Amino acid sequence: MAGMKSLKKKRRIQVIAVAAVALALSTAMIGYAMRDGINYFRAPTQVMDEPPAPSETFRIGGLVEEGTLIRGEGTTVRFSVTDGGASVPVTYTGVLPDLFEEGQGMVGTGRYVNGTFEASEILAKHDETYMPKEVVDALKEQGVFQHAPGEAPAAPNG
Amino acid sequence: MSLWEYANPARFMATTARAVPVLGGAAALCLLVGLVWGFFFTPEDYRQGSTVKIIYLHVPAALMAINAWLMMLVASLVWLIRRHHVSALAAKAAAPVGVTMTLIALFTGAVWGQPMWGTWWAWDPRLTSFLILFLFYLGYMALWAAIDDPDTAADLTGVLCLVGSVFAVLSRYAVNFWNQGLHQGASLSLDAEENVADVFYYPLLVAIAGFVLLFVALVLLRTRTEIRLRRLHALRLRERAA
Repeated sequence: MAGMKSLKKKRRIQVIAVAAVALALSTAMIGYAMRDGINYFRAPTQVMDEPPAPSETFRIGGLVEEGTLIRGEGTTVRFSVTDGGASVPVTYTGVLPDLFEEGQGMVGTGRYVNGTFEASEILAKHDETYMPKEVVDALKEQGVFQHAPGEAPAAPNG
Repeated sequence: MSLWEYANPARFMATTARAVPVLGGAAALCLLVGLVWGFFFTPEDYRQGSTVKIIYLHVPAALMAINAWLMMLVASLVWLIRRHHVSALAAKAAAPVGVTMTLIALFTGAVWGQPMWGTWWAWDPRLTSFLILFLFYLGYMALWAAIDDPDTAADLTGVLCLVGSVFAVLSRYAVNFWNQGLHQGASLSLDAEENVADVFYYPLLVAIAGFVLLFVALVLLRTRTEIRLRRLHALRLRERAA
């Protein structure tokens, strides 16, 4: 780039500033316009508001609602996924990841058929809480243990 | 005494000759203490079990992968505006260190994700922008290698670095911009006490200090090598002309 060399210092600063502003603006516009594609999953509220066609494969994410997890015959499980607003029933056949449990985050891939989300893959979502096992056990014994702040509190002794 | 004095290669060489061993020693000490403390003297996490220990490699490596690119951005801007050669060489020297940090973060993330999430890779906004950052590192190093004229190479890689910064920033803040992703939010923040228990937090801070010091030491060392390479090149040219 012979151009940069021949420019005066003040003009070089101007060129860089314009380039930086253009980059930031285009990133913001692309990020905003494509937010549906960039977001990894849809929330249950979004799914209820605009139910996708039964043929569409998408991801749904939220908390596994307390008291809804039923482990059926074989490896089929049923539960509801909620974001606090809406709740969507889910069925899944397969092995669940280690972190999957009630009151915790999950992301499922599948289709929304007749009011039920038929998942073909389930991932566990980890919140950014890190606590020693001993501390949590002690808290649970006293019945004061809660999951991350702002999430649904775990049932005592749960 | 101003920072710009180090734009003089002789001045830079004299100061870094003394700084590199000190920084390297401090890095080794912090890494040893942080990693041994983290791996062997911390309890298991209540949900992740012993897999939580990957945090002592993953978080510092990912942090430095992004910081290294931002350091390269600052050095490139100093080159583009003030034309200090040492600055351009420092950016060039940082890239292989940064790409190594990126690889460490990608690998440890996959190893953690397989048992915890149930997948080793997901096209989550944060993971995807981090992968693009990795590709930018490769492109950046390839561009330096592809152009013979050092000043032109420094100009073009400087512009590439500016563009790549989009993905460095996105991989840090993607979880804030698109909140429906798989990757958790920042493990480290000013209110981190809420999220990460102190018993995990303190060894993590020591490990991070170790990674920062290691990065600075390696970049200074590699910049010294680049300066010497350039001198060698100039001497060879002079010899041929004579």
